[in-house]
Amino acid sequence: VELALAHETMARWQFGITTVYHFLFVPLTISLAFLTAGLQTAWVRTGAAKYFKATKFWGKLLLINLALGVATGIVQEFQFGMNWSAYSKFVGDIFGAPLAMEALLAFFFESTFIGLWIFGWERLPKKIHLGCIWMVAIGTALSAYFILAANSWMQHPVGYTIGANGRAQLTDIGKVLFQETTLVVVFHTLTAAFLTGGAFMVGIAAYQLRRQHRSKETDTAKIGSMRTSLRLGLVITVIFGLGTAVSGDTLGKVMFRQQPMKMAAAEALWDTQKPAPFSIFAYGNVNQGRNTIELSIPGLLSFLATSNFHDAVPGINDVQAQERAKYGDKAPSYEPNIPTAFWGFRWMIGFGMTSFAIAAAGLWLTRKRFWLAPEHRRGETELPLLMLTRNRELGPFLNKWAWRLAILTMGFPLIANSWGWIFTETGRQPWAVYGLMTTADAVSPTVSIGEQITSLTIFTLLYALLAVIEIRLMVTYAKAGPTDEEPPSKDPTLRGPSGDADQPLAFAY
Amino acid sequence: MQLHDVWFVLIAVLWTGYFFLEGFDFGVGILTKLLARDEPERRVLINTIGPVWDGNEVWLLTAGGATFAAFPAWYATLFSGFYLPLLAILVCLIVRVLAFEYRGKRSDPQWKRNWEHAIFWTSLLPAFLWGVAFANIVHGVKINAAGDYAGNVLDLLNPYALLGGLVTLSLFTFHGTVFVALKTLGDIRTRARTLARTLGLVTAVLALAFLIWTQTSSGDGWSLAAAVIAVVALLGALALNQLGREGWAFIFSGLTIVAAVAMLFLALFPDVMPSSLDPAWSLTVSNASSSHYTLKVMTWVAGIMTPVVLVYQSWTYWVFRKRIGVRNIPAH
Repeated sequence: VELALAHETMARWQFGITTVYHFLFVPLTISLAFLTAGLQTAWVRTGAAKYFKATKFWGKLLLINLALGVATGIVQEFQFGMNWSAYSKFVGDIFGAPLAMEALLAFFFESTFIGLWIFGWERLPKKIHLGCIWMVAIGTALSAYFILAANSWMQHPVGYTIGANGRAQLTDIGKVLFQETTLVVVFHTLTAAFLTGGAFMVGIAAYQLRRQHRSKETDTAKIGSMRTSLRLGLVITVIFGLGTAVSGDTLGKVMFRQQPMKMAAAEALWDTQKPAPFSIFAYGNVNQGRNTIELSIPGLLSFLATSNFHDAVPGINDVQAQERAKYGDKAPSYEPNIPTAFWGFRWMIGFGMTSFAIAAAGLWLTRKRFWLAPEHRRGETELPLLMLTRNRELGPFLNKWAWRLAILTMGFPLIANSWGWIFTETGRQPWAVYGLMTTADAVSPTVSIGEQITSLTIFTLLYALLAVIEIRLMVTYAKAGPTDEEPPSKDPTLRGPSGDADQPLAFAY
Repeated sequence: MQLHDVWFVLIAVLWTGYFFLEGFDFGVGILTKLLARDEPERRVLINTIGPVWDGNEVWLLTAGGATFAAFPAWYATLFSGFYLPLLAILVCLIVRVLAFEYRGKRSDPQWKRNWEHAIFWTSLLPAFLWGVAFANIVHGVKINAAGDYAGNVLDLLNPYALLGGLVTLSLFTFHGTVFVALKTLGDIRTRARTLARTLGLVTAVLALAFLIWTQTSSGDGWSLAAAVIAVVALLGALALNQLGREGWAFIFSGLTIVAAVAMLFLALFPDVMPSSLDPAWSLTVSNASSSHYTLKVMTWVAGIMTPVVLVYQSWTYWVFRKRIGVRNIPAH
């Protein structure tokens, strides 16, 4: 029994580490791909140099980030088979389909068109080249869709039957791809991805603007590109921050219906309460099944779960009793790790919404004209003043902190994303597929503990090393800012001239 | 022909696509030490596959995903059974992505050298290990009554499998050399052709031994036909390379890979992973496959998307059709 537990623990740690790590890069890749595509569209339409600079600059950061996202994604395609072969056999009929679709529809799109985009600046006509980055962006979103459909099926299995061989069999692909859980999770994940990208843009643009201001940068296109980026990042963060909150609320309600235990755990709500309060802070004693310290807002949890302030919300102890009645002794306990769920839920919301709040404040403070005395307005190529009211600028202390916070904000959504996934995946435990298969039953039966230790160690060390390399590279490029590159002098044609065989490539590895 | 037979063919097609495409870019990676003499030449090599290697690699992910969808038991047993070799391949592929993307991101020569070493090793190891893996699949491994792999990692390193590894390693390197001769200009192109001759002969000897071994242990009439085509195509590629017909030589080295993979899958059918313990425990196209409905859904998706992918990937090769040489390599 102990060894079986060790197998499960190792497999879970490996999946957790590799997946959370992978997901640090995913949201940034999705949003930066769309933002870069948007900026390049602006350049193609207006021809303005600042958009070209911005496209090149964010495009480079996108590529550094995308590379690690792609690299760490390779493991994801295979580790279900490696460590979770029992799971793979049980659900392959259903779970494999969206995975294969993801590869066929999304990965080919991304990988092929990113190659065309990177190397195609002087080979492809402007508009076709622009089309390539849009294809990449669409590919990233499609990829998210399919993998989230697969994950949603684990959270809330639909469109299946259990076959004669005891395995889950697909009966309705439409349900798997378009069930409510999938749609809401996609909405929540994509809005959060744009919140992440927006905050990233805000942080780096703020850093660059301050730096350019200090070094008295004179290249107006460079300054313009960062000023535009700052505003774009702020707008994106605010819009999608709001979207993340709305979609998160919707998802919460879906989860209250589909996985009451997860949401009771998220609240450390031990006993069913009517109306149920929302805890700002709580510390539970798991053995006694109650909280020892708690600070809460009355009725708010009822509202989050059911849209009114007075309905009952089931508590952990009651859900546990219900699940035991329903599933018997399939698992020793139907309770997930409560502190992880409770704090994961709060860190997700807290960090995500902090970025939203900072961006909302930033959007106001850096406004261009609205409720702003003319002498405080700054041109397109200047550092914006942080104006609290029509005539009042932020004081030097707050001013300094406002810019610092703008830079720090880019890290917050990354923390929020990670905790969101840790919450949603650990909150489903003991289930791998909710109600159908426990995580303990999902593990590969013949993989040895030695093999698991080897892979866990290698992945962890490799990923740590790659994190150091990636972050350093990001910092170097973010600090360097937009470069002096110029757009191709004339719009390339597809047939291409054959006379310039001696010309160096516009871009080469 | 039942749907799971169709899917067996489709999985074979995906692996063929993967080995055809990533075959030459593994080869190019290996040539960075075997053929290139200095940094500009290494960059010429890397840039012949610069815009396409990422798309090539996706054929593997698709093969993996499609196996999961169409033959879950095959996917489960293969990747849990070949755990450590697969781990090594995955580590290589991860590092390889970054080696291509990050090598040029700093001007520090040591940084570049490190990533160049990485490109070489992470191309060489998977090129070898895929051969080991496929030889084991065809030859049969210790699969127990539950359909799980019951051997250990040393069982996978048997003489037949190691020979299989050497075949893929030399074949991919040869394929890569022919590709380089087709895609480069100047001195490196001439040297690639010379090297291709040597590599082609080595490959011919190894491949012949491997194909005969495979044919006698698990072949039938169809696999024999494929094996003959593979050998003829390889000799054809050698001859065409000698004649300086680089495009045709590449088509024939590609055909060698196609026929060799076809031979392996023909030798395998109707098993997908034969058991060396008891033939009754073998995973087959029927006992490892998904339900009819899933296969039908996936047939529609694959039937529509695979041609589309082929069209836009081919277009990429057309866009970057120009040969490159040292003089085309920019300073940065």
